[in-house]
Amino acid sequence: MSILVVGLNHKTADVDVREKIAFAADEIPAGLSTLKSITGVNEAVILSTCNRVEIYLSGAGSDKISTGVKDYFSALRNIEREKLEAALYMRGDYDGVRHIFRVASSLDSMVLGEPQILGQLKSAFDLALKNSSSGIILNKLMKKAISVAKRVRTETKVAENAVSIGYAAVELAKKIFGELADKVSMLLGAGEMAELAAKHLTGFGVKEVIVANRTYERGCALAEEFSGRAIEFAEFKHEMTKADIVICSTGAPSYVLNKSDMEKIMKDRKKRSVFIIDISVPRNIDPAVNDIDNVYLYDIDDLQGVVDTNLHERQKEALKAEEIVKEEVEVFFKWMQSLDAVPTIVALRKTAEDIRDEELTKLFNKLDGLGEKEKKSIELMASAIVNKLIHPPTVALKSDDEDRDILIAAVRRLYGINGDMK
Amino acid sequence: MVIAFELALTCYFISTILGVLELVKGSKATSRGMTVFAILGFTLHTLSIVMRFIQGGHMPVANLHEAASLFAWSVVIIFFIIEIKYRVGLLGAFIMPMAFILMLSSSILPREINPLSPVLQNYWLWIHTLLAFTGDAAFAVACGTGVMYLIQEHFVKAKKLGGLFHRLPSLRVLDEVNYRLITIGFPLLTLAIISGAVWAEGVWGTFWRWDPKEVWSLITWFFYALIIHLRITAGWHGKRSAIMSVAGFVAVLFTFFGVSILLKSMHEFK
Repeated sequence: MSILVVGLNHKTADVDVREKIAFAADEIPAGLSTLKSITGVNEAVILSTCNRVEIYLSGAGSDKISTGVKDYFSALRNIEREKLEAALYMRGDYDGVRHIFRVASSLDSMVLGEPQILGQLKSAFDLALKNSSSGIILNKLMKKAISVAKRVRTETKVAENAVSIGYAAVELAKKIFGELADKVSMLLGAGEMAELAAKHLTGFGVKEVIVANRTYERGCALAEEFSGRAIEFAEFKHEMTKADIVICSTGAPSYVLNKSDMEKIMKDRKKRSVFIIDISVPRNIDPAVNDIDNVYLYDIDDLQGVVDTNLHERQKEALKAEEIVKEEVEVFFKWMQSLDAVPTIVALRKTAEDIRDEELTKLFNKLDGLGEKEKKSIELMASAIVNKLIHPPTVALKSDDEDRDILIAAVRRLYGINGDMK
Repeated sequence: MVIAFELALTCYFISTILGVLELVKGSKATSRGMTVFAILGFTLHTLSIVMRFIQGGHMPVANLHEAASLFAWSVVIIFFIIEIKYRVGLLGAFIMPMAFILMLSSSILPREINPLSPVLQNYWLWIHTLLAFTGDAAFAVACGTGVMYLIQEHFVKAKKLGGLFHRLPSLRVLDEVNYRLITIGFPLLTLAIISGAVWAEGVWGTFWRWDPKEVWSLITWFFYALIIHLRITAGWHGKRSAIMSVAGFVAVLFTFFGVSILLKSMHEFK
């Protein structure tokens, strides 16, 4: 019995290959049943996201299976075998399980620690369950992967702190203002970056958005998008007395706001705090503005610096996460081993024989004066019953039938044979 | 009695150490441990004060040892109230060291039980003491939040957004709690001064004698009045307000310890 991961991701394949291979949600049921029809395959799960397409399989004979999967891909997607082979990776057993745990914990993601992948893995698993393509092994493996991911998230900080400029800005705004619900934000210039940052902020619920753009019409269009209010560009200094968060990217060649402008604005707004994000290059706001009390000015490099620090922190935390993954892979393989037929047969026999011996002792204690001969006969009879009772399950466990794993698990549960994974 | 005091001091010390560890490393275990030892210390502390009260037969504020101990006790209780109401992360790491230092200074001061003149022993003793100590404690915790504000503000201004930045509360919360505490402390101090004057009139026949304690209380009062005034009229909040709240607490400490130790005062706990 082995586990196999076949897949490609953002590191091994360019987007043109990835999009060719990727499964649409409605293609997955058919895909799962085709995969299951490959010789040797017992169970299958398909995970398909924009950054990776991976197939998780359990069955017997990895070589046969992997050839089958490659054939399947090249036939299905009409892709050159060579190109496909270059992009695909195969990971069996230990490496395969480790890979799945790392994927679930977002250690293999393009943005380390990003949270979506776990949800995507859960839906992939759900789909496999619905199509009954996942069985005893992959069920356990998927559930374990989800719990490992949760453990990584609670025990390490690999998913903490913003790693994009937009989120870094939101995080800062929250550290300055606490709640954003009563805050007004202002867009100075209607560049794409500013728009993006504003989307983040409105997503976190600022009260109002004011847009000041050199072309008034463009400003109006943008204001509509955020159900905000457009103003004439010349008015912006005046309106800034109302704005708590200012996002600036005007494309002007020089400063549009200097220190003395800002000092006046601060006086008018009774020194209430202002968070200014200047994402224009060259900068549009005099850096000296940051020296004024309760004014916090961040330019694009500052924000990038924040993102870099946070990413670095995540990388440090990822080392701890790798340890957790390693630990959990061991646990999983202990369970896999328990599924091996031989130890189960031995344990079953031992359970039966223990019962026999216990009952015999009890009986002999009760019946006094039994001769050696009688004792021997009784012992023989008891052994015969035991052997006959455990013979059919033993044969079934030794068989190479497809459902052997289920039988092993069933026997272990029915007879209370421990060694099962929690 | 002594043992309860000593154990409370030890608990505050452990709580302080855990608080500092929390600042540095930020694990949940240290934060929980800090709270547990703070509560344990506070319970023992309460016990030691009650026992001292029974032994002396009057409210234990007759010397500086007792007063400093009661001060520490008030700081801890105000901290608990603020913590329950606002859940200001890491506040304990700033307040418990304060409580510990107050307790430590209490522990090294002469501990004999001083008799309290019977003429002072009436309900004014209770009113004046409770008002003054809770007021001072509110200022102490305000000072703690002020320090936290200054640290966090430094991080944001200097763009050093490390681990502590993420763990400290937002500037807004710190500023709000800081001001809240000042607006709690200020009326308490006002009433403490008034009740002190009324009490003095009852005991000595005059409301006000420009005793150093009175003078310094008044200076402190003016300082906090100024903080509130500047905030309302000139928008002095945030950094300036935080600095003022720290400076204000220095005045409180001088009124409390400095006057008692350095200047000659009629006030009890000299």
